[in-house]
Amino acid sequence: MVRQELKKIVVYTFFLAILFIPMLGFKTPSFQPGRVFKTLGVFVAILIFNFIVKLIRSRRKAGEVQKTPLTERAGAWINQFPKIYTLGGLVVLAVVFPLVADNYMIDVGITCLIYVCLGLGLNIVVGLCGLLDLGYIAFYAVGAYSYSLLNLTFGVSFWAALPIGIVLGMIVGCIIGYPTLKMRGDYLAIVTMGFGEIVRLVLNNWDSLTAGPNGLFGMQRPGLYYPSFEESGFTWATYYLKSLPALYYFIFFIAIVVIIAVRRLDNSRIGRAWIAIREDEVAAELSGVPTTWIKLLAYALGAAFASVAGAFFAAKLSYTNPNFFLFMESCIVLSIVVLGGIGSIPGIIMAAIALIAAPEIFRQLEAYRMLAFGAIMTTMMILKPEGLIPASRRRHELHEADEKKPTE
Amino acid sequence: MTNPQPILELADVHTYYGNIHALKGISCTIQQGEIACLIGANGAGKSTTLMTIFGVAQASRGEIRFKGDPIQHLRPEQVAARGVSQAPEGRQIFPRMSTMENLEMGAFLRKDKVEVANDLERVFKLFPVLKDRMHQLGGTLSGGEQQMLAIGRALMSRPQLLLLDEPSLGLAPKLVERIFETVLEINKSGVTIFLVEQNAHMALTISSTGFVMETGRIVLTDKASALLENEQVKKAYLGE
Amino acid sequence: MDLSAFLLQQFVNAIFLGSIYALIALGYTMVYGIIELINFAHGELFTAGAFIGVIVLTALQQMGWVETHFVLTMIIVFGLAMAYVAVLGVALEHVAYKPLRKSSRLAALLSALGMSIFLSNGMMLSQGVSDRAYPQVFGLNSIEIMGARITNGQIFIILLAVALMIGLQLFVHRTRLGKAMRATAQNKTMARILGINIDLTIRITFMIGPALGAAAGVMVGLFYGAVRFDMGFIFMIKAFAAAILGGIGSIPGAMLGGLIIGGIEVFWAAFLPSAWKDVTTFTVLILVLYLKPSGLLGEGTTEVRV
Repeated sequence: MVRQELKKIVVYTFFLAILFIPMLGFKTPSFQPGRVFKTLGVFVAILIFNFIVKLIRSRRKAGEVQKTPLTERAGAWINQFPKIYTLGGLVVLAVVFPLVADNYMIDVGITCLIYVCLGLGLNIVVGLCGLLDLGYIAFYAVGAYSYSLLNLTFGVSFWAALPIGIVLGMIVGCIIGYPTLKMRGDYLAIVTMGFGEIVRLVLNNWDSLTAGPNGLFGMQRPGLYYPSFEESGFTWATYYLKSLPALYYFIFFIAIVVIIAVRRLDNSRIGRAWIAIREDEVAAELSGVPTTWIKLLAYALGAAFASVAGAFFAAKLSYTNPNFFLFMESCIVLSIVVLGGIGSIPGIIMAAIALIAAPEIFRQLEAYRMLAFGAIMTTMMILKPEGLIPASRRRHELHEADEKKPTE
Repeated sequence: MTNPQPILELADVHTYYGNIHALKGISCTIQQGEIACLIGANGAGKSTTLMTIFGVAQASRGEIRFKGDPIQHLRPEQVAARGVSQAPEGRQIFPRMSTMENLEMGAFLRKDKVEVANDLERVFKLFPVLKDRMHQLGGTLSGGEQQMLAIGRALMSRPQLLLLDEPSLGLAPKLVERIFETVLEINKSGVTIFLVEQNAHMALTISSTGFVMETGRIVLTDKASALLENEQVKKAYLGE
Repeated sequence: MDLSAFLLQQFVNAIFLGSIYALIALGYTMVYGIIELINFAHGELFTAGAFIGVIVLTALQQMGWVETHFVLTMIIVFGLAMAYVAVLGVALEHVAYKPLRKSSRLAALLSALGMSIFLSNGMMLSQGVSDRAYPQVFGLNSIEIMGARITNGQIFIILLAVALMIGLQLFVHRTRLGKAMRATAQNKTMARILGINIDLTIRITFMIGPALGAAAGVMVGLFYGAVRFDMGFIFMIKAFAAAILGGIGSIPGAMLGGLIIGGIEVFWAAFLPSAWKDVTTFTVLILVLYLKPSGLLGEGTTEVRV
C-alpha cells in the first residue's frame, strides 16, 4: 500500500510539473523556474501531508474504534450548554463587536452580515427547495438598483423604497423562475446563470435608465425616524445612519430578522413542501403539493431577501454599479451555502463569516481568495458534501451511493 | 473420461442493492456444453444473478468460479475478457449505432480480424434479417430484430459461456420459437448457455438443467425434464 | 458595399465565428454525452489553450520560425496547446469528476463550478491580470469574393476547424476507440459487458473534447490578437448555447449549433446595436432550454428532475 501511494505521489508530481511549467514558468518569454518550484512545492506538500494522514489512519485502524469527526464532537460539546447561552453569547459578541473594533473591521463585519443575508436567502432556493440558482445575484442587483433609482429620481426614502424593492425582486424572481419549473438540475443552473447575466448586461447597457457602467451614486442613507418637539408642534425628524457602527447595527438587525424568518420557514408547511420537492418532485406532486407555485414562492422569497440586502448595500455605499453583480458574486454566495452546509442555518452563518472575513484578516492572501473558493467548493463536494455543519437531513441525500451494506 | 470441470459455479452468493438483500446465498453449477435455465417469478432475482456473475452488481459474499477461477471480484470488462458474454434484459442495443456497429462492438476485445469476419457471417446466417438491416440504426429495429441483434452481438466475442436474460420478453410466440431454436443451434456449436426466463415451459424444454428461483434463493435444482414433471413447478410456473 | 456583398460578408464572418463556437461546443457535448455532466471548467480549458498558444508562439517567433517555417510553427503551436489541455482535461476529470461519479448531479455540478473558478483564478495568478498579446502571424492580406472580404487568417482558421471536425467524425465513426466512446455514451453498462473499459473511454473523451477547445482558444488568440484569463466565460456561454441548440450529446448537433449561434451573433451585430448581442445569445439559450431542451438534432430527453 505504501509503495502504491508513493508511486501515486510521484506520478501526480510529474503531471503537476507538466501543467505548471508552461503556465507559471512562462509569464514572460523567459523561463522563471522559481515560480514553478514554489507552487509545485505547495502541491507536493499537500500530497505528502495527505499521504502521512493516510498512513497514520491505516496504522491506527487496527483494532481501534473509529473516532467521530472533529466537527461532530465540537457540535456535541456546544450542544451541552442550553441553547439560550450559546445564542445569547453570540449575540452579545456581535453587539459588542463595533465598540472594540476599528472602522475597517466594522466594515468587514457589515459585509459579512450582508453575505449572511444573501446566503440564507439563497439557501431557501438551493438548500430547501433544491433549485440550483446560479443567477441569484440578479435579485441583489434589483434591490440595489430599485432603491437607487427610486431615491435619486423620486427622493423616495429607504423605508418606503424597501417594500417596493422587495416586490420588484419577487416579480423578477417569478419571471426567472417560471421557465425553469420543468427543467432538470443542470439546465436550471445554466438558465439561471443566463438570467443573472442578462440582468447585469441590461443594467450595464441601458444607459438612459441606469447610467450604465458609471453606476449610480449619491443615494441617501437609511434613516430612522424619531419624534421631535418644536415650537410648531410635534414632527418626525430623521436621523440618517451614516456612521459605520450605526450601519452595522442596522444590518445586524436585518440579519436577525432574516434568520428568524428563515427558521420559521424551515419549520413551516411551506418549508416542508420545499423539502418534499427537493427530495422527490414527482412524489411531492402526487401527494398534492402544488409544485408550480411553491417553487415560484421559493424563488420569490429568496429574491426578497436578496433585494433587502441589495437595498441596504446601495444605501450604505451610496453608490452602485453593474460590476458589483458579476457571476462571480453568485458563485461566492453559492460557496457560502455549500461550505456552510446546504440547508444549515448556523453553518451558513459561519461560512459567510469565514469566507468573507478570513481574506480580510490574512490580507497577503487576498489574491488567492477566489482560488480558495473554487478549491473549497470542489473539495467540499468530494469530501464532505453536506458542509461543515450539516443539516441532518441533507447528509443522507448527498451520500446516495455510499450505502453501507449490513454486515452479517 | 474424467469428469469435466463445471464451467460456472456459484457458491453461497449474496448481493445487495443498497439495503435490499437481493440474492440470499445462491449456489448452482453449470456444466460445460449444456443449456441451463433459471426460472422464477418477476423480481425473484434472476437478472440480478446474471448481473452479479458479470460483476455489474457486486457480490458481497460467496464465490463465483468460471472454469475453476474465482471471478466474483472482477469488473465486468474483465469478466468479458475471460470468455463470458451476455444478451441482457431489455436487449440494451446501442440505439444510435448501426446493426453492423453493434455487432462490431460485440467483437471489441478480439484482435483476429479474419475470424471476426467469419463470425459475422455466421451471425448473419443465423439471423438473416440482420444482414438486411445491416446499416440501420439499432434503435429503429423491431423488438424481435433487437433480440436477434443482442444475441448476435453476444456471439461475436466467441464466448464459451453465453448468458441470456429473458430473450422471449415481449416477442410474438412464433418469434419466440425461432429464438429458442437458434439458441439450440448455438449450443450445438459448443457454447454453454445460461438462460434466464419467465417463459418457463420453453426454457425447460430446451435445457438440460433447471434452477427455480424464489425471492433471492434457489429453491429447486434438477434435470430440466424432471422439473417439467414436477407438481410444484407445474402449478407455479407452467400454468397447470 | 451593396446589400448582397454585405450579407455575404456577414455570412463569411458567421462561418468563421461559428466554426470556433462549434469546436468549443464539441467539447461540451462530448463530455455531457458520456458522463452527463456540464463541464463548467471547459471555458477555462479553452483559455488555457490560448495561453499555451501564445507562450509557444512567442518563443517560436523569437527564433524567427514564423517567417521561415510557418506551417511547422502552426503545427507546433496548435499541437502543444492541444496536448497540454488534453493533459489538463484528464487531470481535471481525475481530480474533480471521477470521485463524484456515483454522487448526486448537484455535487458534480458544484465540483465543476469550483474547478472553473479555481482554474480561471489560477491562470490569473500565473499569467497576470491583463491581456497578453498574440504575435501577429497572418498579415493583412485578404481575398475578395463577390464583394466580401476574407482574410488569410480567417481562411486558415476555418480550414483548420473543418479539418479538426472531420478528424473527429472519422475518429468517432471509423476507429475502434471512437466507436467505444459512442457506445459508452449510449449505454455504459452494456459497454462494460462487452469488455469496454469505460474509465479509459471517459479519459479519452476528456482529452479530445478539451483539446478541441484548446484549438479554438489558439484560433481566438490568433485572430483577436490577445488572450486573457477570463475570456473563457463568455465563450463558454455561447458554446454551451450552441451545444444545447444542436442537441446536447450530439456531435453533428454541436457543429450545427455552433454555426447557428455564430450566425445569430454576427447578423444581430450587423443590424442592431451590438452592445446587446450577448443578451441575445443568452436569451436564445434560455428559449431553447425552455421550448425544446433536446435541441435540433438531439434525441428527446425525458424531463426527469435530477
